[in-house]
Amino acid sequence: MIPAAFDYMVADSAEAAIAALAEHGDEAKLLAGGHSLIPLMRFRLATPAMLVDIGRLDDLSYINDAGDHIAIGAMTKHRTLETSDLLAAEAPLLRHVAGEVGDPSVRHRGTLGGSLAHGDPASDLPAALLASGGSLVIKGPNGERVVEAPDFFTGFLETALADDEMVTEIRVPKAGGVGWSYQKFNRRAQDWAIVGAAVMLGPDPKVALVNMGAAPMRHAGVESGLAGGAGAEAASVAGDDVDPPEDLNADAEYRRHLARVLVGRGIAEASA
Amino acid sequence: MTDSGFPLSRGEETVVEVSMSVNGETRTSDVEPRTLLVHHIRDALGLTGTNIGCDTSSCGACTIHVNGESVKSCTMLAVQADGTEITTIEGLAGDDGVLHPMQAAFMECHGLQCGYCTPGMVMAATSLVAENPDGLDETAVRQGLEGNLCRCTGYHNIVKAVLSVGGTA
Repeated sequence: MIPAAFDYMVADSAEAAIAALAEHGDEAKLLAGGHSLIPLMRFRLATPAMLVDIGRLDDLSYINDAGDHIAIGAMTKHRTLETSDLLAAEAPLLRHVAGEVGDPSVRHRGTLGGSLAHGDPASDLPAALLASGGSLVIKGPNGERVVEAPDFFTGFLETALADDEMVTEIRVPKAGGVGWSYQKFNRRAQDWAIVGAAVMLGPDPKVALVNMGAAPMRHAGVESGLAGGAGAEAASVAGDDVDPPEDLNADAEYRRHLARVLVGRGIAEASA
Repeated sequence: MTDSGFPLSRGEETVVEVSMSVNGETRTSDVEPRTLLVHHIRDALGLTGTNIGCDTSSCGACTIHVNGESVKSCTMLAVQADGTEITTIEGLAGDDGVLHPMQAAFMECHGLQCGYCTPGMVMAATSLVAENPDGLDETAVRQGLEGNLCRCTGYHNIVKAVLSVGGTA
């Protein structure tokens, strides 16, 4: 339960971190809050040769009003998100879901950028970003690019990040007054969602599912039903066109059932 | 803090100097980068009040304060704590030995059975109360302590103790 040995450096800027990544390639990992990476390293499921500590980059911790969207620094901690007045007004879904991650002590350390870059389909925040229609600013040796959330999550713990890139900012369209809901089903306090559903209504409704496939995902069938005015009935197809994992908590069919129930509850709550 | 941007170590044998304020006292030591903060606190600094439970950031037995906020010290590297202010259960009581109000409340309400979770519970509870100066109701206390497990299931008196310090009215 002790990580394999690694070299360690503290990055004093995003540029320094990217330079280190470029030098060490896939041997290196970025360390933000560490609450996804350190457990993996303790189980030796991850054995990076070099850890680049970006957790001290305070200039990447911010929540700003950027006109049509809210700009959030990648190193912003969950606790900061869940207590933000700006998010309460303009991105209440993301704020609420940040408060659903782990427990308070975890949220004191975990960061938005770190959680998203981990790309875990069982994680809460990717679903919130997907349902919010958000995007990520990715920085590499040749500058920045902006990636829409559905293009970012590419597979199980896999993202669009290249070995020498990092997430620097998360952008969430303003959604004050838009109906939203997050439904998280688990059986014990602080557990991962067995299944979860994030719903955001409005002219272009979006529904994202937690733990219903290899990657965090939106559900096109439910979304088109919602756009066509089906209301909570749109949830009936939430178990279709998905490839849910099977484990001790739930087999695939039970997860399909949970998806239908949770999406239905989510649409109903978001519409209320 | 070491010059940032500079590789602090190369290879397994290398150690990194870390310095942190622990219960008000500056403690400087050489650590391997992979040293977990909880092991550093217990083994190098000799403060064994912080317990190790699940070892997977689920149970909260290892909860301490980093810069005033509760953190599970089994899921933080000692090198990440370089330059921080750490408070452990040993640092809560006053120098005169007078218990912190939360410690006194746990004693008064009998908020413990075997006692193994108690240091982490007290540290999580003091952080929770500090973050909620307007007071907490019972639901907020139970949710706020969801990251701390008591396998004696002695939650009722733990919640009572926390409410007696940080409850609403």
